[in-house]
Amino acid sequence: MKHYHHETGLRNRARNRHAQPHGRHLTFALAGNANVGKSVIFNHLTGARQSIGNWPGKTVERATGTLRVDGYDITIVDLPGIYSLSTFSQEELVSREYIAHEKPDVVINIIGAPVLERNLFFTLQLLEMGIPVVVCLNQMDIAAKQGIEIDSARLAAMLGVEVVPAVATAGRGIQELIATAIKVGENFRRNIPGPPRYGEKLEGVIGELSALITSAGLTEEYPSRFLAIKLLEGDNAITGAISQRAPQVAEAARRLSQEIAAACDQPAFMVITAERYALASRIAREVQQKKAARPSLADRLDRIATHKVYGYIFSLLVLAGLLAWTFTVGAYLSELLAQAFSFLSPVEPQFTGSLWSIALNGLYGGFVAGVTLVVPYVIPFYLVLAVLEDSGILTRIAFMLDSAMHQIGLHGKAIIPIILGYGCNVPAIYGTRIMASRRERVLTALAITFAPCTARTIIILGMVATFAGIHWALALYALNLLIILGVGKIAARITPGELTGLIMEMHAFKVPSPRVIFNQTWAHTRSLIITVFPIYIIGSAAVQLAYALGWLEPVNRAMSFLTSGWLGLPLLAGTLLIFGAARKELILLRAVALAGSDLLTVFSREQLIVLALVGAIYPCFATAGVLTREFGGKTAWAIIGSNLAVALIIGGVFARIFGL
Amino acid sequence: MSASSEEYMEAIYALTQNGRRASTSEISRRLDVSPASVTEMLKKLADSGYVNYSPYQGVTLTPEGTRLAGKMVRRHRLLERFLHDLLKIGNDRVHKEACEMEHALSDETERALCQTLHAPSKCPDDAALIPACDLAFSSCAECRRFRGKNLEEIGRRDANLVCVGSLGENQEGTVAFIRGDNRTLRRLLDMGLTPGTRLKVLRVAPLGGPVEIEVRGSRLALGDEIACNIFVKKDEAATAF
Repeated sequence: MKHYHHETGLRNRARNRHAQPHGRHLTFALAGNANVGKSVIFNHLTGARQSIGNWPGKTVERATGTLRVDGYDITIVDLPGIYSLSTFSQEELVSREYIAHEKPDVVINIIGAPVLERNLFFTLQLLEMGIPVVVCLNQMDIAAKQGIEIDSARLAAMLGVEVVPAVATAGRGIQELIATAIKVGENFRRNIPGPPRYGEKLEGVIGELSALITSAGLTEEYPSRFLAIKLLEGDNAITGAISQRAPQVAEAARRLSQEIAAACDQPAFMVITAERYALASRIAREVQQKKAARPSLADRLDRIATHKVYGYIFSLLVLAGLLAWTFTVGAYLSELLAQAFSFLSPVEPQFTGSLWSIALNGLYGGFVAGVTLVVPYVIPFYLVLAVLEDSGILTRIAFMLDSAMHQIGLHGKAIIPIILGYGCNVPAIYGTRIMASRRERVLTALAITFAPCTARTIIILGMVATFAGIHWALALYALNLLIILGVGKIAARITPGELTGLIMEMHAFKVPSPRVIFNQTWAHTRSLIITVFPIYIIGSAAVQLAYALGWLEPVNRAMSFLTSGWLGLPLLAGTLLIFGAARKELILLRAVALAGSDLLTVFSREQLIVLALVGAIYPCFATAGVLTREFGGKTAWAIIGSNLAVALIIGGVFARIFGL
Repeated sequence: MSASSEEYMEAIYALTQNGRRASTSEISRRLDVSPASVTEMLKKLADSGYVNYSPYQGVTLTPEGTRLAGKMVRRHRLLERFLHDLLKIGNDRVHKEACEMEHALSDETERALCQTLHAPSKCPDDAALIPACDLAFSSCAECRRFRGKNLEEIGRRDANLVCVGSLGENQEGTVAFIRGDNRTLRRLLDMGLTPGTRLKVLRVAPLGGPVEIEVRGSRLALGDEIACNIFVKKDEAATAF
């Protein structure tokens, strides 16, 4: 069986090679579980030569990069972190189809050494695909700390593929990995490993079915053995495709899968999973030795972070610390940058003169505000968030807050994008992709749109903390949490569907890798600059022009029944709120520009509280845009509508309480 | 077994869930009967081998008693779900109705009810756990696939199962049965929770939070709604203390 390959795979590869007559271009795909250091290796290999986008038609991130070594131009594709190839998630489907359709020269399977057995389960599935594989045994240092020793030569012999041990965070083993992958990629014909062999009964059925598949000529994309296994597992995508082209094969698969089920008293997919795990377990036992390790500092920290009482205190301290750090460091950086920019040119909004100069002033002002008011706050925020994420602290917080998240129809993992929303809503809404179902993504996004981002916090700090006292600002923050809870509860009740429970890997606490933190921070900041800045800049110019042309006045008057009638605010609040839709912090900046730095000459304390409250709830154009892009117009408008409704209701109630 | 002794067994089952012994007065309050009748019934149940009872020390169920009581509790709670979900009867009435109906339910009807209701895990009024069935299946997928097989062919489990959600920290067990739809089942299988796999509970978060388990050398957090659907055969060593 060692020489079982799919002929067409070779044909495809030969064609690729033809397009690259020098044979100097290779494509490597990185595949593996989540939290095995895949992104560390990807970043190490490609550095700044990366491009990140989406897989076509999918909300799954596609990261590719290039590498030049020994005269080879190498393209590295970072596949999403997955545990299986059974197409239960978009990530699994994307990975499988990429490997089958695009035929990378080598699939580099990154394995986390501390969790060898579970990682091997995925390796076996890659080997079933009949593709050239190189295994990178990463995180050897963490494994050693846990008392785990792995014989990589023995592992290579048992799997029939090259195995390269590595400590990616320290850069150890990466060069060997690439050298090995090049060697394997250059001789791909000889380097396709034999597929893993399972129990006799299962093998008999697989053999029978794959013979049928081969004689029906169905092996253009996938090898027959892989197809046989997937048909027996009842894989939807593959069963559907085969039923159309060769119904007799699909019929035989149905019969054979019933045969296995009857013989083993279990559905075929369970039998196959159990066989794979049995093999993974046998290999792991054979190659690894475990000694009892002394409880490390990480273990002790872990016990505190998930403790019944201290765990909650720890989670709250971390989150409060994150926000405190963000606004302390942010205010300092913002000051520095504002000084640097005002030195270049004054950015006071201009409303007179030629339309052209107003528009230019608006564009420039939007840009400067983005650089001096958003970037200095989000960068320290993303930096610490990346540390929390990479070290494993965020996972513990998700664990502790799981039951609290149930209140809004979500599970613990949702806390991760929601926290991200306190920086800026836009990357946070992309971050909802970690949720398993669309329902959970939408509910998480709804909660995010209510989270006070840095720009909204600037309003709360600048209007409420300054003029009504810090206790009012904190009260607004607390009120905001209550709003998220209340709206989330109602939304969870009226959105059809059920909660899929939390299944989350608790990877070991580790010292975060600076490279990963840097890249993560940059990825979030870049997403902000690419998607938020254009809307931010154009939006502020558009609003400024509209104001100069006198178009906002009729709108302001039309809105006056809401602003002055319902919310009890001065008439100019309508204009402020329109400005705020383009750039949130403009609510504060325009108020200062129109009323002078002492806002109390125009507003009462209560009015400032109501204005900040309303201003901190309704979403900006950028958020509306990203909601539409991710969820479609209908869902986006439902979320935006609920934001506006809540903003008006709560604002109105407060106006009544204050007697405005 | 009479309907009334079944009610006693259910009461003891509920009162001993947290690993404590149930006292005579607790049982008398719960069932609204005199302490004297409780004592009498407990003696009878002890004679039949269903409970361990010595006066003034409280009562626990024997393994056989746990099996029978678990079955009655399961029927009761399944019926509550049926009355609530399908017949739209209010939560204030489901308990009483289910009490009346449970004693007449056959094994076949119980299984059909469970399939129709998509193997529910909690009852509608107080979200108490519905115990697993005692058929020799390792997943609901099998129960659906072998719908035609009668109960004699399927056979019974040899041991009482407990769900991972009810294990304490540092307790261990062997995965025996996973309840629920195929999607969750496949996710759990992919993470290594195949039947026969040993697991250990490392952490239990309070307030109905998740549990952290160790399985195949990896550590997983499982939400309560997942943990209450994974049933294990508890290790003897861990229970004897």
